[in-house]
Amino acid sequence: MGLLSDPNRRRALISLLTRLNAPICVVCYMAGVAWFMGLAFEPFTLRTYMSENAMGSTMVEERFPAGERALGTGREFSAHKKKAGGMPVDWLVKTMQSRGLEVFTQRFSRRLPFPDEDKERYMVKGTNVYGILRAPRAPRTEALVLSAPCSPGDDNNQAVGVLLGLAQYFRNQVFWAKDIIFLVNEHDLIGMQAWLEGYHHTNTTGMDWSPLQGRGGSIQAALSLELSSDVVTSLDLVLEGLNGQLPNLDLANLFYAFCQKIGVLCTTQGKLQRNDWDSVSGYSHAVQTMMLMVMKQASGRPWGDHGLFLRYHIEAATIKGINSFRQYKTDATTIGRLLEGMYRKLNNLLERLHQSYFFYLMPSLSHFVSIGYYMPAFGLLALILLLRALDLWIQLATPPPRTEDGVADAEQMSSPGVLSVLTPLVISHLTGVALYTLPIHFQEIAVEHFPVSETEAVVLTAIAVYTAGLALPHNTHRLLTGRGTENGWKVLKLVAVLYLAVLLGCTALINFSLGFILALTLVPVAAFVTPDVPKALSAFIMVILSPACTLLFSVFLFQELQEMPVSFLDGWMLYLSVISQGILDHALYGSLVYPLVALLVYPCWLLFWNILFWK
Amino acid sequence: MAAPLTLLLLVAVTVRAALYRSSLADLISERVEVVSPLTAWKRVVEGLALLDLGVSPYSGDVFHETPLIIYLFHFLVDYAEITFMLADVITAVALYLSVKDYNKQVFRKQKYALEADRYPLDCLELIRSPKEMQYIPLKVAMFYLLNPFTILSCVAKSTCGLNNAVIALFVLSTIKGNSRTHSSPAEGNSIYPLTLCAAALLYLLQRQYIPVNLRRFSFWWFVAQYAFMYLGSLFVIVGLSFFLLGSWDFLPSVYGFILSVPDLTPNIGLFWYFFAEMFEHFRLFFLCVFQINVFFYTVPLSIKLKEHPVFLIFMQLAVISIFKSYPTVGDIALYMAFLPVWSHLHRFLRNIFLVSCVLLACSALFPVLWHLWIYAGSANSNFYYAITLLFNVAQILLVSDYFYAFLRREHHLSHGLYLKRKDGSEATLVLK
Repeated sequence: MGLLSDPNRRRALISLLTRLNAPICVVCYMAGVAWFMGLAFEPFTLRTYMSENAMGSTMVEERFPAGERALGTGREFSAHKKKAGGMPVDWLVKTMQSRGLEVFTQRFSRRLPFPDEDKERYMVKGTNVYGILRAPRAPRTEALVLSAPCSPGDDNNQAVGVLLGLAQYFRNQVFWAKDIIFLVNEHDLIGMQAWLEGYHHTNTTGMDWSPLQGRGGSIQAALSLELSSDVVTSLDLVLEGLNGQLPNLDLANLFYAFCQKIGVLCTTQGKLQRNDWDSVSGYSHAVQTMMLMVMKQASGRPWGDHGLFLRYHIEAATIKGINSFRQYKTDATTIGRLLEGMYRKLNNLLERLHQSYFFYLMPSLSHFVSIGYYMPAFGLLALILLLRALDLWIQLATPPPRTEDGVADAEQMSSPGVLSVLTPLVISHLTGVALYTLPIHFQEIAVEHFPVSETEAVVLTAIAVYTAGLALPHNTHRLLTGRGTENGWKVLKLVAVLYLAVLLGCTALINFSLGFILALTLVPVAAFVTPDVPKALSAFIMVILSPACTLLFSVFLFQELQEMPVSFLDGWMLYLSVISQGILDHALYGSLVYPLVALLVYPCWLLFWNILFWK
Repeated sequence: MAAPLTLLLLVAVTVRAALYRSSLADLISERVEVVSPLTAWKRVVEGLALLDLGVSPYSGDVFHETPLIIYLFHFLVDYAEITFMLADVITAVALYLSVKDYNKQVFRKQKYALEADRYPLDCLELIRSPKEMQYIPLKVAMFYLLNPFTILSCVAKSTCGLNNAVIALFVLSTIKGNSRTHSSPAEGNSIYPLTLCAAALLYLLQRQYIPVNLRRFSFWWFVAQYAFMYLGSLFVIVGLSFFLLGSWDFLPSVYGFILSVPDLTPNIGLFWYFFAEMFEHFRLFFLCVFQINVFFYTVPLSIKLKEHPVFLIFMQLAVISIFKSYPTVGDIALYMAFLPVWSHLHRFLRNIFLVSCVLLACSALFPVLWHLWIYAGSANSNFYYAITLLFNVAQILLVSDYFYAFLRREHHLSHGLYLKRKDGSEATLVLK
């Protein structure tokens, strides 16, 4: 407690912190970025290992034989799908019944707030078909889910085939202690959302669905399968779910362990792992993999059909078959055996997966970074905000010595303080509310008056409100309080800096990647902006570092990382569609990124914009 | 001053009424930070239902408030929202009046001391002017009514608001000094405000100009009088409860529940995690240790602050809200309302920036970590408890900072503002 009570030491520390504030902040920023980049360096990461005993030591033997027959079923499914022009419900029901499952269907319909141009849908109607294999060995209190989407076109027919093949094979085994639910969902995530809401009797997004006629026990784990070719070269594991939530790391470990055992190439983010971590290219490969994960997590959208399970406390992942030009191919029998092995291990679970980590980043499938290692990178960035706040506090608390007249001035200055801080706060938040509500409400009016489609109208309204917000707030306090005072902007900046620190801290806890990316761009803004810096240049820098531009850069960086660079015009179109997808994700699945940015991050950034134009 | 106060009350009531009508009300009334097993409205409703069925409301281990509360709501259940808003208004007005009165006394005392030349010359900047003191009562009312903690507590219909009103009336009656019989309803509600009676006694002694001298008869006579009045009214309250209810069920169910802490629902206090982790055979011992915490500080604080009973009341309220077994944010709001009264101590506060940052961050992190623990399932109870711990450490730092600042100002008032060492160099006060 010496530091908190001894005035001499406090004074020394505080004078050190105020004198060296700028250099310390710069060092912190660089250290934070360096720490983050260091996370991908293999010696700094941990090897993955199986924490769950029930899945670790017990050996299982995989004997699934019927890969070819499963592919045949898949072709049959494809033919029926083409004939029905969608989900072949009757055929699926009959096929599942003939395999000895209890089969049920669920109908659902949903009208999107505006047409989704990426997937070309507006009024969505569909049917989920699922069959339950009742556990012969135990009371039916727990369940596992295997799902495959029924996608338009020729995609994922093989996945449904493998699913049905596994169902037939599993039916003949006696060791199942958990119900296994085989689910074929239509309209990918919308169908999944309807099914999950029906299963758990919740309705969070106002969708219409018919209630489920049959249920299994409480779902412990779920895998979603995506397979569009008869043979694959590798299997890709997708973990990122809604709002950046990740399944327990043991699920990834399980997948990796079985890929090693059976000898299947496995990837995460579509990147194979390499063994040359000490070379530059090996390191940059790991950085790419990790950055891809960070970008996907930060987007807050579900990157596979598994993404919505996580909200219900169910560990889930998507397994994607990838067929590239490599020589070495894996056939459907091997994939079936891999899934059989994973389900048998999951079947052995005695309690929910909880032993391993929930907060992690993966530079490769065999290595991970846990929360204790990556949080300091964010902490160093957040420290800058606290240091700046401390500096401002000390400036406000100890005004420079003045004459008698000066003291009188100071008292007059402090009285409009509350109003001059409250006004920008309220106005920038109102702008945020406008950004959140106007795009969807105004689409009809916009479509009437401008030659644009509904989707374009929503996105362009959002951008327009965003840009209009830049012009609005910095004029307002002049109307109210006349010229901005010297102390006024300091108080406002103190409030804004603390606000940003709390906001980013909370975001980083829920979704580290989002918090870190926002901190990377917003912290420098928060640290340097004052009314005294050169206007034009700072305004330019601030706009470049604003949340919308961060998103634009992220889109380009993401394409670059995926090794699919785009031209500027394509990038811009992609950017517009990303915005519309973000709004749709919020409306359809309750993703929080859009409201977070519109209602909190953007107003916070506007406060700093306000400070820049204070005088 | 009546106009601003009325305006403030109107604003406060409007905010609450608007929140009652919004969809947030349901959400807020489920938050563990805002309601405890003791104060939850849901439990009061359950108790009322049992009462209507002719069953003792205490059967079934759901309801733990006092019989007086349940009989109050027996009549007022349809006007519950108005009752809770009214309770907040009463608290605010009572605090307003008592602080106004207290400020008058402080000012009078200061004037006498100035006339008697008791202050050193360089202490003139420590002297409080009527101008700066004018708005303090209003600020107190504002700090209580517009504090988000109070608003949350009121919207959740936590009975904590009623307890706060009773305590505020107790403070008012003490400071007015004319009605000692008022002093015990506070104790009817829970056990912890018992510690306030030491402060009240000191205040009344001071008001009657009776010195605290253990050898004087007049001192003991007054203490005996006070104890008699106090115990008598306590007896009346308990007796009234018994006659209303017709049984002694409420004693174990209210006071036993507070003291033995059987309900370990997470809250912002220190008990739940500790007792959830503990082996059963240590439970009694640590229960005593934890509960003594609330009562123990009364003795040293009363000795140190015997000249300043109102500050002692503030300290006691803070200690209670930190160490009580089922604390909610409503309890914190009550002692935070007193902070403007000590605004003259700001120049001596050392950690106020750090503490307010920590309190702010913790308040934002409570719901986030709760979400991660309960809904997302990715964090666990340790995360939530870590924040609880930090929150309480910040509160303790806040209170001890005010305590230090108060003592330091008193020290300067008697020894001069610019202390010199023996060799003539500038000295600094060090707390060790």
